[in-house]
This record gives sequence, structure tokens and C-alpha cells, in this order.
Amino acid sequence: MFTSSMFVAILPEVLIIVLGMLVLIVEPFWKEEKRRNIGWLTAGGLLVAMIVSLLFGQPGAPTSVLGGMIRFDWLGFFFKMLFMFAAAVTALLLMDNEKVGHRGEAYLLLLASLLGMNLMAVSSDLVMLYLSIETTSIPLYILSGFMLADDKSTEAGFKYLLFGALTSTIMLYGFSLVFGFTGTTNLYQLTNMFKTGDLPLVTALGTMALILVGLGFKVSIVPFHFWAPDVYEGAPTPVAGFLSTASKAAGFAVLVRLFFVAFSGFAVSWTMVLAVLAAITMTVGNLLAIQQTNIKRLLAYSSVAHAGYAMIGVIAFSQLGAASVVFYLAAYIATNLLAFGIVMAFSKVTGLEDVKDYSGLSRRSPLLGLMMLAAFLSLTGMPPFGGFVAKVFVFAAGIQAGYYWLVIVGILNSIIGVYYYLNVLKYVYLYRMPNQDEENHPIPLTRPYAIALVVLALGVVLIGTVFAPWFTWSNAAALNLF
Amino acid sequence: MNFPVLSVITFTPMVAALIILMLPAQRKNEARAVALAAATFALILSAWVYFSYDKVSAGYQFIEQYSWLPALGISLHFGVDGISTPLVLLTGVVMFTGVLISWGDFDESKHLSAGIQDRPREFFAFLFLLAGGVFGVFVSLDLFMLFFFYEIAVFPMYLLIAIWGWIQTREYAAMKLTLYLFIGSVVSLVGVLAMYWLQYKNTGVLSFDMLLMEKAGFSHAFQNIWFLPVFLGFAVLGGIWPFHNWSPDGHVAAPTAVSMFHAGVLMKLGAFAALRVGIMLLPDGAKYWSWLIMIFAGVAVVYGAYIAFVQTDMKYMIGFSSVSHMGLVMLGMSTLNRNGIMGASIQMFSHGVMTALFFAVTGMIYDRSHTRQIPELGGMSKVMPFATIGFIIGGLVSMGMPLFSGFVAEFPIFMGVWQSQWFVAVIASISIVITAAYVMLAIRKVFFGPLPEKLEGHMTDVTILDKVAITTLCSFMIVIGMHPSFMVPMIQTGVENVLRLLGGS
Repeated sequence: MFTSSMFVAILPEVLIIVLGMLVLIVEPFWKEEKRRNIGWLTAGGLLVAMIVSLLFGQPGAPTSVLGGMIRFDWLGFFFKMLFMFAAAVTALLLMDNEKVGHRGEAYLLLLASLLGMNLMAVSSDLVMLYLSIETTSIPLYILSGFMLADDKSTEAGFKYLLFGALTSTIMLYGFSLVFGFTGTTNLYQLTNMFKTGDLPLVTALGTMALILVGLGFKVSIVPFHFWAPDVYEGAPTPVAGFLSTASKAAGFAVLVRLFFVAFSGFAVSWTMVLAVLAAITMTVGNLLAIQQTNIKRLLAYSSVAHAGYAMIGVIAFSQLGAASVVFYLAAYIATNLLAFGIVMAFSKVTGLEDVKDYSGLSRRSPLLGLMMLAAFLSLTGMPPFGGFVAKVFVFAAGIQAGYYWLVIVGILNSIIGVYYYLNVLKYVYLYRMPNQDEENHPIPLTRPYAIALVVLALGVVLIGTVFAPWFTWSNAAALNLF
Repeated sequence: MNFPVLSVITFTPMVAALIILMLPAQRKNEARAVALAAATFALILSAWVYFSYDKVSAGYQFIEQYSWLPALGISLHFGVDGISTPLVLLTGVVMFTGVLISWGDFDESKHLSAGIQDRPREFFAFLFLLAGGVFGVFVSLDLFMLFFFYEIAVFPMYLLIAIWGWIQTREYAAMKLTLYLFIGSVVSLVGVLAMYWLQYKNTGVLSFDMLLMEKAGFSHAFQNIWFLPVFLGFAVLGGIWPFHNWSPDGHVAAPTAVSMFHAGVLMKLGAFAALRVGIMLLPDGAKYWSWLIMIFAGVAVVYGAYIAFVQTDMKYMIGFSSVSHMGLVMLGMSTLNRNGIMGASIQMFSHGVMTALFFAVTGMIYDRSHTRQIPELGGMSKVMPFATIGFIIGGLVSMGMPLFSGFVAEFPIFMGVWQSQWFVAVIASISIVITAAYVMLAIRKVFFGPLPEKLEGHMTDVTILDKVAITTLCSFMIVIGMHPSFMVPMIQTGVENVLRLLGGS
């Protein structure tokens, strides 16, 4: 039976589908040179969808709808809002990327993968989960390899596809084992069936490890991170930004729901495994980031490291832990999108992507320099930017759970982070262009970039200073897990 | 409802930073004017706080509390006591004089480029962000917010030094400084979070409020484990030996106003946070480890003075003398008795003003002569008599001469150390002799004697703004020296509070 309450549960998704259809209808009628404006349509449409969902689609007490396929709760809703925000910003950033943003398909693919992400955040059934993960991934494979004339882009798309297909198959195998052992695919029924006593520990750990392969690929934790630098470097920059933020956050949404709810019976065991993985992830990500000369590769390794930090909140396995993960991801989405947006705006004018090309940026465009400062200091974890509060919350959750060693590893890693993030800022603020004529090489911002970047920069500062509302929402989301 | 003076003081520099950033880049003088206006405003307010602090009722005053994140017990809780009120005033003074010094003077024909001529807009914005952070730490009674402001006070240093610093060492020094300070602060962070959760376990209250944490009843074992990380983590910024290495390098590489801020206020920030969080919240741990802090501080006092003695670069000399003087602050704190802590608190103010003055004058000389090498300088009293007088007064303070603030500060420290461990006082007093030696040698060499030939012709006197700055700084040192009751009774009230937490020793 399809009732109105079910409709409310999937209201954002319905709106996204409507928007996607609108894009499809409009595209053939607009002349080629005007198709860039589909970006405005997409971003504006998503904004409207967010407002409408916030007004009419807010969840109450958690309920299972659509035959237990979907869980309608704050956790999913908060993540949905984050994904839609990220997609709207990405649409704006795509607009002035000639090879991608001037074609309607790009926006349609973006919306399709957004649809998948939204469903990932609310899936409460393994079948639904798998479907939504694939719905997310397949459009992203295409988007990564969108620039057909560009070898690197093609390589990125193909690499992403191969890794993605392999890992998701392994994950599917894990899902089928879960079903085999317990006879159910519903996450909330698994809570009572997938637990010590019913299953030998080795079997359970093995099954969870298989599933972790697929999720680890999504959130790029070591050792499933190999694709990230190559794909980020080759893919169109806005797509890379979307991959490193929304796609990663979607992975975390699933990870949190799966491990906190379905596998809570084995919490003692999987927290240990994840703790080791998180420590390795942070360390490898940061150490490799030091040596990068390409800014997109640097951001790729830094995003690997950030997955490790966020993981500390998962490992804490507490309400504060879950809230801090959600908060961390909100701060991280704003920050990293800002970083990728600046890279995009910069390379649109200059065509360059190496760290050293950023010499003199603060003189060429003081505004862009300042925003770069905000983004990189937020990644470092300095106040008054979002990254600081997020990191403190995650560490606080870790210490509450008694994971002192993990927090110390995290802290050592953020010191490494200080080094290489500040190194980039050194180019931006200190070094000058070879002939010192920055005045003649300004970096103008087109309107979509200006809007997107200013919104993101304000967001980064707001999350870092007025953190109460964000944390309250994260906390409300986390509350649904317990 | 009272006027929320502390939050206005804290946020004035930050708002000013935003306004300055919005000005067009070529409007350099407007940026400076906004900066000066904001600094004057902050100075007036901090002076007002200083003079209207009620010494009779003591305790924390001008209290403001706004709930910020109730779910985790974070609130904007501001208030000052007898120890932090002088430091707020100090920050106001250094900020005001720092802006005056940075205004500078530009004359192509005389190769004169004093103050900040390159991108003053960004310079003042970052400097004021830092100043806001410093105010925030001094007035915060909430541990989370203290930490928040502490970090804000740290990272602009990197940019300020790396961009406007001395071209030879700025990148190295800026990175070194940032890494040292960041390591220190995150080490303390772990301790702070551990305290937070233990308080929750003991009392069931989820709060970062330091006034509540004082009553949290941390066990001896807990305090003994966590005192060292927390205290030393903050004390890194206070330049404690053996973690002082970043400090002289940072001083040398920084532009004048930043050196003033760095030595004048930032190092106090470390010492203050170490006192407030380390000693006041973990008093048993402080008693357990005070011998170690005393050794570290004692070494810093003597060793810093020795190293300062052999320097030929004026800024390195002052940098190491700061290590030595901050060592005295730590030494005073490590005694955990009334005299020691009181001396340490006065020394924080006295040293802040004195070092700011030293760096200001050194900057004026460097901007005109383009060298800081003591052997290459001479005869400055002929061209800049006013600055010379200022430097000499600073020198007398540094030596601990009676009638100047240095004496008022150092005498109680040595008394306190004598009460605690007399032989440490004997060893540490060597530093007074060495300090007198290097200060007087530097004064003779730099300011008197003949003016070197290659400097003749392009040496000019300091500007009127510089003179205002020098006068302001000197007047504090003389007033406290001549009339100690200007500051001592206030600090005593703060010290009583510390002693109460230490169990009335």
C-alpha cells in the first residue's frame, strides 16, 4: 500500500527525479551555447527541493516504510540534505567547465548519482542498499571518464569502474553470506540475529570484512584507497570534488548504519579491526600527501587521511561518536568542496594544477587566496574554521571510548597535516610568480564560481563558530541509531 | 544587564580584521587607520577593566556567560581575576603600540622602509585575528573556548612570519614555530579531553567550565599522569627549556610588530594557560612534578642568559633573553608558594612590556641601518636619542634594577624560590649578573661611540608615532617600579585563588 506518509519519506528523491526529467526535457530545446544554464536549473532546483523537503519532509520518530526497504529518520534526512547541498554546489562548479558542464548529460548523471546517495543514506535492507550503491556508482564512473578526448580522464573513469566493480562484487558476496547465515536482509532484524552466540566469531568477522571491502572503497580507507589519487587527478575537477565529499559521506552513512545497527552484536570485535584500519589510513594518507606536487593528488591523499579521522567517531561506537562523525562529514563536505572549487576556478583561468603554480595567488586574487586559507586551515583543523571543532569532537568521542592510542595517532597525524597544508599556503601567500607581475595576471571569477565559493567559505566559518545548531542536528541524527 | 565588556574586547580585533579585509587593497592608510582605531578602542576598554576591577571583593569579575553548545557543556564564559586582568591590559598595550610601530615610514631616497609597506591590509587583519585570540584566552573560563582561542592565536603567526618576516630564515622559522606550538597544543588537548570525561564520570556534569572542573575531584593518580602533558603542552608556548628552540628563531624572523606580540603577549599566553589549566585544575599533579618544572625553568634562566650573552644579532640576543626571563616566570610558578606565583605574574606583565619595547627599538634601528649585528652598529644615540632612552629603560628593567618593574617582579620570585629550594635561587641568580653584562654591553656598543661610516647620511630619527609607542611602554615600567601598588594588590587577589586550589600552602 502506498500511503502519503511513504511519499513524504521519499519526497526529496521524488523531487530529484522530477528535476532530472526537467533537465532532460529542457536540454534539446536550448541552444548549445546556452546549455551551460542547465547548471543554474539544477542548482536552483536542488535548492527548491531542499527547502520543500525541509518544510514538508521532516521525519518524526523513526519508521520503516516501503516494506522495510527504507528507514525514515533524522540520520538519513540530515545526510540527504548534505548530499543535495553538495550536488547543488557541484552543479554550479560544473557550469564553466567547457568539456563537461556545457552538456546536459553531466547534470543528469549528477542527479542520478545523487538519487543513489540519498537512498544509500536511508536504506535499511541489504538489497536496497546494494541497489542504491550501484545507482550512485555507475553515473560517477561515467562522469569520471566524461572527457573522452582526455586520456587521463578516460583512464580515471576506467580505473574507477574496475575497482568499483570488483569491490562491490565482493561486498555483494558478503551480503549474500549475511543472508545465508541469518535468513534476513533487513538491517534492523539483523541486530537480533547477527550476534555472538548465533554465529562463530571468525565467520562473522570474515563476512564483515567482505562487506568492508566495498564500503572501504567508497570511503577510501587504506588498503582500498589506490584508486583515489588517480581518479581525482584525471576526473573533471568538480566531479573529483563530488567524489571526495558526497560520495565519501554516503559511504560513511552506510557504514554507520550497517555497523551501528546490523552488526552491533559484534561491536567489540569490529571496533578493534576498524581502529587498526583507521590508524593506518590516517598515517598512509598523510605521509603520501607530503610528497605530492599536484594539488588534486594532494587533496586526494588528504581525503584518505580525513576518512581515517572520521573513522575514530565510528570506532567510538557511542552516541557522541556517531554525532561527531556526522558533524565531521558536514564540516568536511563544505571544506573539501571549497578546496576543489578553488582548484577548479584557478585551473579554468590558468590551466595549471601543480602546487607551485599557486605562487602569488594571494596577489593575483586576494579573495581566492583568503578562501584557500580558510579551506586549508579548516583541513588542518584550525579554528575558527569547521575542521577544528569537527576534529575536537571526534577526538573527544575517541577518548570517551578509551581509545587513547588511536587519538594520539590522530593527533600525530594532524601535525603532519599542518606541515603540508601550510606548505601549500606558503605558495599562495609567500612566493611570487617568476617575473613578479601578478597585477597583470588576475584570476577573475565567473558568477557561478563566485556564488558557490562564497557560500562554501561562509559555511566553513559558520560551522566552525556557531556550531551549536549543526551539532544539535548531528546529535538528533545519531540518536536514531540507538 | 551590564555592558559585556570582555566579549567586546575579545571581538573588537576580530571585527576590525573583517572590516580591514573588506577595504580595497591599495587603500593602505585606511587599513592602518581602522587598525589604529580598533587598537585604541581595545586599549581603552582594557584599561577600563583594569581600573574598575574590584580588588576588595576579588575573584572572577565582569562575568558573562552565554550557552554555546549545551549538549556538550560548552559555553562562552568570560571573566577575569587578579592574574588575568593585567594580562588583558598588557595585550591592549602591545596591540596599540604594535600598530603604531607598523605604521612605518617610507622614503625611497633614504632607503628607508620602516613598518609594514607590503600588503598592510592582510598584515593587520592577521595580526588582529591573533590579538582577538589572545584576548579570548585571557578572559575565557571555559576550557573549550580557551582552547579555541588558543589555536586562533597560534596559526596567524605562521603567515605573519612567513610573509612579512626576515627573508633569510622566515620559512624555516615560521614552520618550526607552528609545528612546535601545534604539537604542544594538541598534547594538552588530549589531557583536557581526559579531564573532561573524568569530570563527567565523577560528577555527572558534562561541562568544560573551569570553575566546575576545579571541584571535579580528580584523583591523585590521574593528576600525576596528566599534569605533565597538559602543563608542558602549554608551556611550549611559554618558551620552557628544553622546548624553547622555536622561540628565538621565531623572534628573529618575525617583523617588528609580530616580534612584539610574540615575545610580549604570546609567550605569556603559554605561561598563563599552563598556570590556569595545569596548576589550577591539577594542583596535586603540580605538587608532584614541581621539582621537574623547577629544573627545567632553572636551566632556562641561566642557559638562556648565557646564550643571549654570546649573540651578536640584537634580535637573537633579545630572543634568548626572553627565554631566560620566561624561565623566571616558570621558576616562580614551580615554587607553588605565594611569593613565587606573585612574582611570576608580575614578571609576565613586566617582561611583556619590556620585550615589546626592546623589539620595537631594534626594529626601528634595523629599518634604518639594515643590520642587527651589534658589532656593525654604533652611535645611535646621536641620531635617535628618544629611542636610546627607551632602550636604556628597558635594559634597566631587564637587569632587575630597583625603581623599575623588573625589580618588583624578580625580587618576589627569588624570595619564593629561596623558600622552596635555596640552592636553586643561588644558581638562578647568576642570570642577573649575565643579564646585566649583555644588556650593558649592547647599550654601549649600539647606542654610544662613533656612528659607523657606512651608516652616516641615511640614518633618520624615529617618527612621532614611534615616540608615542616608546613612551607608552616606558611609562608602565616606571609606574610599576615606582609605585608597585599599581599592580601588586590586584595580583595578590589572584594568587590567593591559586593558593586556595593548591590547598593553602
